[in-house]
Amino acid sequence: MNPRRKQRMVIVISVFSLIVAAISLMLYSLNNNIDLFYTPSEIVNGKSGRMPVVGERLRIGGMVVPGTVKHDQKALLVKFDLVDTGPSVTVKYSGLLPDLFREGQGIVATGVLEDSSTIRADEVLAKHDEEYMPPELAEAMKGIKHVKPKQLDGVDY
Amino acid sequence: MWKWLHPYAKTERAHQLAGTLFPWFALPGLILFTLGTVWGLVFAPADYQQGDAFRIIYIHVPSALLSMSVYASMAICGFIGLVWQIRTCYMAIAAIAPVGAVLTFIALWTGATWGKPMWGTWWVWDARLTSELILLFLYFGIMALYASFEDKLQAGKAVSVMAMVGVINLPIIHYSVEWWNTLHQGATISKFEKPSMAPEMLWPLLINLLGLALLSGALVLQRLRNEIVMRELRRPWVINMLKEQ
Repeated sequence: MNPRRKQRMVIVISVFSLIVAAISLMLYSLNNNIDLFYTPSEIVNGKSGRMPVVGERLRIGGMVVPGTVKHDQKALLVKFDLVDTGPSVTVKYSGLLPDLFREGQGIVATGVLEDSSTIRADEVLAKHDEEYMPPELAEAMKGIKHVKPKQLDGVDY
Repeated sequence: MWKWLHPYAKTERAHQLAGTLFPWFALPGLILFTLGTVWGLVFAPADYQQGDAFRIIYIHVPSALLSMSVYASMAICGFIGLVWQIRTCYMAIAAIAPVGAVLTFIALWTGATWGKPMWGTWWVWDARLTSELILLFLYFGIMALYASFEDKLQAGKAVSVMAMVGVINLPIIHYSVEWWNTLHQGATISKFEKPSMAPEMLWPLLINLLGLALLSGALVLQRLRNEIVMRELRRPWVINMLKEQ
């Protein structure tokens, strides 16, 4: 390689590494703000030394605790607990739930913190994982049996 | 050791080579992409959780993966162009950028249409979606920058720098779902472990990925030929070629 090319290569690579370093430092310092949501334990115990304040608008993401989903019989109100690895947080929501909403499913809810472990949500989104498989395989592997709505005891949808 | 490559830096040889390669990319690409799409959309089994809606993956994942690898190839062209001062590389960047932009747009669009029925929203500002949107803006920026210079040699140098700086976005897109918590799920196939997908669903996806890669390659080759002819209109070999036709 002739010296001029070599010199250009050194310049290009060093400028590039400087920019990479600058952007990495920026992302590193922004790290906490890039997360889309708080986990339930971050809401209860605080995140990097800061506790969420009651009345604050925030997003929470966690797994729906099986057995905690309670529907109001007369309205669209629904109440459920979200958990990650520690304490759980209760979410109250009034509206239509996404199709993927079920017990054990990952959920992201946006709303206002009512007290230290309750959130009144105005949006509930379902997270799904990166695994894809046909129903028969899921039944064999995970014991999940999915029935189409119209096959449910003769009810017509 | 790289001496055999040098003649292809000349626009005439590059034009020739692109013309020879084009059918080898276009035809298999078209066949594979059709095969993969029909297989995926019609014959692959439905997902246990998402039902038929998951089939968007057969368009979404190939276009998203390729939007990133196409960008990487563009940045490599920029690097070679800057260090070895090869004009053909600048033309290649101009040829690649719109193809990449379309792939990125398809990835974002199919992602939104997948997100609405499954997540419950078209768009959320999580790290994966936002960084992919930035990729689209990078492509737009490169196209606009190249178009805004009268002197295409200057334009080529400017877009080379921009393409290379934008490379930092690629690892951010790929690792966004691991570094931060996002609504978007983790990687299914672009990871070192076994893909988290049943084989009868995976095959059409891989075929589509290869098909779309070849198709994008074919588009880039054709665009490169056009770009070379546009830039070299006054060269004798172009004039002769145009006369012969």
